[in-house]
Amino acid sequence: MVRVLGWLSAAALAVGLVMAFGVAPREVTQGNVQRIMYVHVPLIIASYVAFGVLAVASLVYLIRRDPRADRVAHASGEIGVMFVGLGIATGSIWGKPTWGTWWTWDARLTTVAILFVMYVGYLLLRAMIDDSERAARYAAVLGIVAALDIPLVHFSVYWWRTLHQPPSLMKPGGFTGSSSILWPLLVNLVAFMILYAYLAARRVRLLRAEAEATA
Amino acid sequence: MSYARRALAVAWKDLAVERRSKETLNALVFFSLLLLFVFQFTLGADRERLAAVLPGVLWLGFVLSALLALGRTFLVEREHDCWEGLLLASGDKSAIYLGKLAGNLVLMFVVEALVLGLFVVFFDIDLGRALPGLVVVVALGTLGLAAVGTLFAAMTANIRAREVLFPVLLLPVQVPVLLATVKATEGLLLGEPLGAVAHWVKLLAAADVIYLVVSLLTFDVVLEG
Repeated sequence: MVRVLGWLSAAALAVGLVMAFGVAPREVTQGNVQRIMYVHVPLIIASYVAFGVLAVASLVYLIRRDPRADRVAHASGEIGVMFVGLGIATGSIWGKPTWGTWWTWDARLTTVAILFVMYVGYLLLRAMIDDSERAARYAAVLGIVAALDIPLVHFSVYWWRTLHQPPSLMKPGGFTGSSSILWPLLVNLVAFMILYAYLAARRVRLLRAEAEATA
Repeated sequence: MSYARRALAVAWKDLAVERRSKETLNALVFFSLLLLFVFQFTLGADRERLAAVLPGVLWLGFVLSALLALGRTFLVEREHDCWEGLLLASGDKSAIYLGKLAGNLVLMFVVEALVLGLFVVFFDIDLGRALPGLVVVVALGTLGLAAVGTLFAAMTANIRAREVLFPVLLLPVQVPVLLATVKATEGLLLGEPLGAVAHWVKLLAAADVIYLVVSLLTFDVVLEG
């Protein structure tokens, strides 16, 4: 099952890559640099999904005390941090030629950067507690606090400043861009979701093996 | 004992210990005085530049003293081997949280009043009409900081690297509170009425409610052992 997920994600990513370079048109003003969006947007969306799963799994852990829920939260935290980090990096590479700067304190950049440090803190907390049961409990509390904090961070940073182009995929009125851009984006989005599921499944399995080895 | 009386007992105990030992308060007062020197040296004597960054610097002072004060919340119990006492206390543990939070709030309000006074004297700011609004913003912001800070202090109390981990966990979560308080303070010091910064005040109030509810619900889990 996990193996199937792996091959599936590899195939989907390959198709996504071909579509991003072969099917999607060259953007008129930004040029080929715009193609990085087919990786950047799916990474960020997949990281939000991972953090959402982390929050739900944390809640489930606190209610049921099921170590499996904790492993899902742990794995999602690691993958989410990796995705968000890669999302920031790819956004930066895109921003340099397009905006003329690697980084700017725009609302959405700032929100994502705060998410990154918040969940790095989550992983740090996990790493610093030796007792696995206590680590799971504290991490679950932090996971819930962090999830509830995301809307607050979003609004405060949005009011603070905004410069980012408005969301092009999910906005009131629906997607208005060309379908030649939409399809490569959606295929890549699905590919990265499968990749997340695959990595999470592998990580959960490894965490279970670690727990069994130390028990 | 009733819930409220248990919370009060914890707060009273902490304040009595603090009043007699003055361990935290003395150090904090001196620390905030030192912060003032540091700000002055790093920012230079230019009045106009100082006025522009004053709200941020003021909150930087509040946050730095809060990090020190809140991080110590459960160290009294750790250092005097009373941690088990907290764990064994009967009934809902969130009463302990409320008591600790109340003690922290009193401590922080004292320090903040002092820092604000020092700012008025040293940086020659005219609070004037801004003061009532500022009290509201400081109260709401401090409650947000202390609500999460008290919860996280309990989580990091038994971790070796707690001095580093506590701010690393608290600061990212507190970004909304920091932005809201600094922006609201900025507006108030420019002479705007509280109504002009109402959206920030509402955000602070929402954040306080969320933080308090989550902390009250999860504190039991933190204090399990």
